[in-house]
This record gives sequence, structure tokens and C-alpha cells, in this order.
Amino acid sequence: MNAMPAIEFSGISKSFAGVRVLRGISFKLGAGRTLGLVGENGAGKSTLMNILGGNLLPDTGLMVLGGTPYTPQGPTDAARAGVAFIHQELNLFANLSIAENLFLSALPRLGSLPWIDRKALHDRTATLLGQVGLAIAPDTLVEQLSAGERQLVEIVRALALEARLIILDEPTTSLSVRETETLFSLLRRLQARGIALIYISHLLEHVRELCHDLVILRDGEVVAQGSIETYDTPAIISAMVGRSLTRLYPERRGTSTTAPLLEVRSLTQVHIVRDISFTVHRGEVLGIFGLMGAGRSELARILFGLDTAQHGEVRMGDRVINRGEGPRERMVRGLAFLTEDRRHEGLCLEASIADNLALVSLRQHARTPLRLLDRNTWQRAISTVRAAVRLTEKVSDAQSVQTLSGGNQQKVILGKWLLAKPEVLILDEPTRGVDVGARFELYQLILDLADRGAGVLMISSEIEELTGLCDRILVMSQGEIRGNFPRAEFSREHLLAAALPREAHA
Amino acid sequence: MPSSRPTKETAGLILPGPLFRRALGSDYFVLGLCMIYTLAVGPFTPGFFTPENAANLLSTALPLLLVALGQMIVLITGGIDLSVTSIIGLCSVTGAMVMNPESGGLGGDMLTVPAGCIAMLLVGMLVGIANGFAVSRCRMPAFIVTLATMMGVGGFAVWLTQSKAINQLPSAFNALGGHTIIALAITVLIALCVHMLLGRSVFGRWLYATGHNPRTAHISGVPVGGVLIAAYACSGVLAAVASVFYTGQAETGSPVLGQRILLDVIGAVVIGGTSLSGGRGKVLWTIFGVLFLKLIDNTLNLLSLSIFTLTIVKGAVILLAAVLDALRIRVAGHPA
Repeated sequence: MNAMPAIEFSGISKSFAGVRVLRGISFKLGAGRTLGLVGENGAGKSTLMNILGGNLLPDTGLMVLGGTPYTPQGPTDAARAGVAFIHQELNLFANLSIAENLFLSALPRLGSLPWIDRKALHDRTATLLGQVGLAIAPDTLVEQLSAGERQLVEIVRALALEARLIILDEPTTSLSVRETETLFSLLRRLQARGIALIYISHLLEHVRELCHDLVILRDGEVVAQGSIETYDTPAIISAMVGRSLTRLYPERRGTSTTAPLLEVRSLTQVHIVRDISFTVHRGEVLGIFGLMGAGRSELARILFGLDTAQHGEVRMGDRVINRGEGPRERMVRGLAFLTEDRRHEGLCLEASIADNLALVSLRQHARTPLRLLDRNTWQRAISTVRAAVRLTEKVSDAQSVQTLSGGNQQKVILGKWLLAKPEVLILDEPTRGVDVGARFELYQLILDLADRGAGVLMISSEIEELTGLCDRILVMSQGEIRGNFPRAEFSREHLLAAALPREAHA
Repeated sequence: MPSSRPTKETAGLILPGPLFRRALGSDYFVLGLCMIYTLAVGPFTPGFFTPENAANLLSTALPLLLVALGQMIVLITGGIDLSVTSIIGLCSVTGAMVMNPESGGLGGDMLTVPAGCIAMLLVGMLVGIANGFAVSRCRMPAFIVTLATMMGVGGFAVWLTQSKAINQLPSAFNALGGHTIIALAITVLIALCVHMLLGRSVFGRWLYATGHNPRTAHISGVPVGGVLIAAYACSGVLAAVASVFYTGQAETGSPVLGQRILLDVIGAVVIGGTSLSGGRGKVLWTIFGVLFLKLIDNTLNLLSLSIFTLTIVKGAVILLAAVLDALRIRVAGHPA
């Protein structure tokens, strides 16, 4: 074990506009070790890492990198010192090739001429890609890569800059199970090479799998630190939220009925989904599990009329939904859809909380002949739904939603659909990037809706979440339904086995 | 080489002080600029503080305001309508042809003026619908679509008249635009309607949502295509009303009427505070924007500066407005 710590923080504090977001953060990380940094949204993880990555300056405190004081004035300084920050939203240029992305700041040139040495660029990139076991041509455009491959390219870029410390912020959110495995095996090789890693994630099982040490932040302070073995998952969670959450999932009060609400029969769209049939019943929470690319989101989009299907039938109650009906018509029939992309499809980011909440239910407040909005009923509806989704009281209705944390943004979208009083709510990865405390509240809202007699169709990549909430789980793989598990038969192994793609027989 | 300074700190440094921030965020910011400008430049401008000048200012500002309101509606959706000047020209020609005793064949009938006006509004609306259709259904960029319309419709208007102006319009028609009180009444009524439409109607909310994020709007059940078509149709109709005023003021139907006002229209809307990137805009802002641009226009004219100087100054003012727009967005992103 190396005696010199790779990075040591002592007494780091930072305030924004008088609000202290970090107070006296001190901990250290040994070379070749991996530190899991966990905490709720707003605990200060991003601020701390932005200080480490040179994006922010600390108000007080010292950082020591590999035995020498480290005071980055900007990301360039950090990169030169061997600190690489891989952001949640990746920083690659999609329109450039892998090679160009890797060497953008130091493209090899033909002698001293201003022309790029294409061959050297190609060869160096190929060597680096070979080191991480990524068999892709260096000239491939980044836009052609999958999310997992892009993540690996980011890491290769860090290696190209000879990073000694790599910060990873939620690297697995958009990766499939297989891609996550590839990523982890690469990270283990980096560990073996003596590179220190700081791993930020809400997924505690991943933290547990990869990390040696753990630091838990809450309200800008280190509330716990030490070897990961000394903490079990409930202990980590209670340290994060500051109270002991006796359970991760709220109690279900109602039960599923047998009255069909949404019926899907032999829905088929070539290369996307095949022969999908299932029924969502009144009061039922039906989960759809599957790996990335199994066709789950595509199915949801077809059900909500955003994409079309060639064959098959969708019924709401006793009426067949016409193939040509778009989101608007399906909304009127009682469907609601919370998409997986909340920033681009769920919210109008610059618009106010009130405008976002009211968007789908506007016509309820325009009953006069001139179709003018009734501000009173509008305002009342917004206040009611704000209370219903337990949106934090600190923000005003007029504030833009982009100022909210991920969990609160998700509550706004859910509130928006609750105002439309849906019969069937389709949720696509509703808790992605949402912290433990806010998750519990979202789960509660979902169950409440089912208890009031609506049907819920919930797509998720997290088995725990589905087994914790659902009455029944369908498993999708390669565009087909490969399993239908009632609550009594929930088992992690069976669900995962059904989700794995089969080798082509025919 | 401190090439990339910490970003948030840097952003903080350029942010203006609290008082200036409040002023920037206010609805009355541009009105304040108008008053400061009047007090600063008015006393040195011969003939500025006269009733004749005020009437002149008003009569030219009214049609500009109408076109600007239409433009604002399109800008809120995140689009742009470059075809408004051509619409004014085509409407002018169409109306004049309908009402001219020789070409129209209605020959002094009671219905001549209403028929002419309806024809003009219809032409404006149809061109607007065509624009909106191309933008929403064919998913073409608004800039290209309306640029093509500007050229096509403009050329068509010239071809229709063979470059000849059409005179002998009914005096009742000329009074609509030529009589400032009537024009003022019509404009106030329309501005109120647009204000209610934007602030108090379902359509208004849809318009802003479409401008903010068309994908979210679509998934939330907003008929995005219809909203876009309606927005361009509004712009076309308002340009047609402006054409009624301009034609009446000139007492002539001409294909090149209002040809030079395109930059004034877009400039006035942007000076007012409507964002070029969509989602933001108010009737009050546009009124003040038009007022500010007209004040500059008017004073520089009275100071008998050349048309070139005038254009240079206007360009500078529009640039200043763009800078202020950027500042405002930054202020909005950083609540104090």
C-alpha cells in the first residue's frame, strides 16, 4: 500500500451568496483506492468535485495532491495535475471522431506545419483504445457510439491525459447491465494500475461493488467515513438522509383488482416490439423490467401515440384506441406518460413551476365561452397539487423549474399529470438520478394513485424498485415479453434470467 | 496561462448590481429608456415637442405596432416571420384592385370597403397559414420558409400590378388608416385582444409552452402543429391590418409599401424584450419597443440626418437590445 495519499482534503468550505454548501470537509484517499462519495441531491457532492476539478475555488481549506499542495485555478490546471472529471452529462463532441475528441487539445501535427498528422492520430488512439479493450475504429464518429461506449471513450481521454485521479459522476445511469460490467472491469484495471477513483452514485449496490472506502455527505458536511465494509446499506441510507428510514418502499394500502383498464393485444412494430399482449387492471401497479434496448421505452411511446405500431390493438376500458390518435387524444382517454427524459420531454425548463404544472390541465380552467383562463381555479389547482406531491415549500410558483433538483423536477412532472386525473399512468424510469429521500416520496405518490383506482405501468431498470412496488412484473427482452411474474414469484434471479437476450436459434 | 477561469465566479463578475438587475427585470425598463431618451434628445430637436409631430409619430407607430405584435407571437413560438413586409405589399395590391373602380368592378357599391378589407385580411391569413404549414408539417426552418415567402409573395405582388401603383381608392377606406383617431381605436382594440390571448387564454399558454420546448408540449397534449399554424396566421392577419393602415395613409395600393420596415419590426420586438429563442414576450414590452424605435427614427429625422446615419444608429440600437436580452436571461437564471 502506498503511504502517500493520492488526494487529501482538509477543512474545505464554500458558500454561495451567503449560503454555506460545504463546511470543513476533510478526508483522504490512498493511491489505487476507490472512494465512494454518496449523499442526497444538494448534499454538496457536486460542489466538492467541482472544486477538485478546478471549476470552483474553495473559500477556505487545502487540497494536497500526491504530496504537493494543489490549488487549481481552472479545469486546465486540474487536467495538467492529473485530475480528470467525467461528468454525468458527457463532454464529447458528437460530430467529431473518437481520435479527434481524445487529442483535441494536442492534435499531433506534421512537423511544424499547421496540418494534422492523421496517421499518428489514428495510431495513438488505436493504442489507447486497445489498452481498455474497446474494439472500435479510431475514426468512428462519437455520435455513432452507444452511451456505454461514450463513457469508455471519456475514460480513455482521461488516460490520454495521464490522469492519476479520476472522478466519475453517476457513470452508470444510462448504461445497460452489460455495459456497466465492461465499465467496472475497466475501472478495476485502472485500480490495479494505481489510479485513484472517486465514484459518485445513488446506486449503493454499485458503490459497494466497486469501492474500498466510503464518504457520506449531508448538508455540506462529512457525516461518516471509513472502509466500506464497516457500513451496511441501511446504515449508509440513514446517514445520508439523517433519519433512519425503516423501509425503502412505502406500504401498499389498496390491492389490485381484476377490472381491465388498459388492454394491449399483439402489438407489433418490426424490429422494435413483437406480439406484445398484456392488461393493466384497475388499482394495479404493473412493472416492466428489461435491459437497455429491450424495447420497453419504445413500447411506452407506442402506447402514448408518439410512435406507431403496424399491428395490434390497444383498448382503454371498452374502447379501442385508433392507431392514428396522438398524445392529445390519448390524454383525453385517460392516459398519462412520464418519459425517461425529463429535461427534454417532461419539462419546459425555463418556464415557471406553475406553468409546467398547469400545462396538461389548462382546458379545465377555460370553461367560459371565450375560453379565457380562470385564474382562481387555476391557482387553487396548482396549490392543491403542490401540496399533494409535497414539493418543497422553499420555492415559489413563479420560479423556473430548472432551479429545482432532479427529485423536485420529477415531482412537478408527476403533479402535472395528476392534475389531468389519469386512468392509466405510464412511468419510464421515474427515479433515475433521484436521491433516496425523494424516491420514497415518489413511490408513495405512485402507490397512492393506484390505491385510488388508477392503473400504473412502471418501466424500470432497477429490480429492487420494481419488486418493492409492483403487484406484477413483466419482463421484456429483444422486443418481446419473456416473463410475467406475480408478486409471490418475485425473485432477482428469475427476473434477470428472463431479461437476458437469447442467442438466435432460428 | 489562466485560460479558463472558474466559470461561476466569472459569471458572477459580469452580473450587474442589484438596482440595475431589478430595472432589467422590470416590464417598464424600455419605457424608462424612452423617457430618458426623450428628455435627453427632445429639447435639442427642433420641432419635436409639437402636436403635429406627436400626431405624425403616432400615425406611423400604429401600423408598425400591429406588425410587431404579429411578429412577437411568432417569436414566442421560437420562429421568425420575415415575410411580413411582402404580405403588406400583396395585401395592399389585392385590396386596391378589389376597390379600384376600374379593376374591381364593384364601382362605388356600399360593400366596396368591407369587401376590400376582407380580401386583404384573407390574403394575409392565407399566406400566414402557408408559412405555418411549411414550418410545422414539413418541419422546415422558419427563417428559410419565410425568406422564400418574402421573395415569392413580394415578386408576385409586383407582377400583379406590373409595378404600377393603384389609385382612386374609396375615401372611407383611406380614413381607416389616414384618420389617426380611428387607427388608434382599432390598434388599441387589437392590442387588448392580443394581450388577453397571450395572458389569459389556453392558446396563449400553448404558445409559450411550444416556444419553450415543443417536445414537452407535444407529449403534454398541446397541438403543436396547430399552434404554429395559428401563430403564423396571426402574424399574417396583423400584417394585413397594418397594410390597411399603410394603404389608407398613402391612398395608394402599392406592392412595395412597407418594404423597408422589416428590420424595424424585428428590432422593435427584440428591443421590447421578446426573446429570439422563444418562450418569452409580452404585448406591453412590444408597445414600448415600438415606441423606442419610433422615437429614435423621429428625432433623427427631425435633426435631418441622412438615411444612412439613421440606419447605422438603428443597427446599433438593435445590437444594444440583443446585449440587454442576453443580460436579462442571465439575470433570470440567477435569482438574487
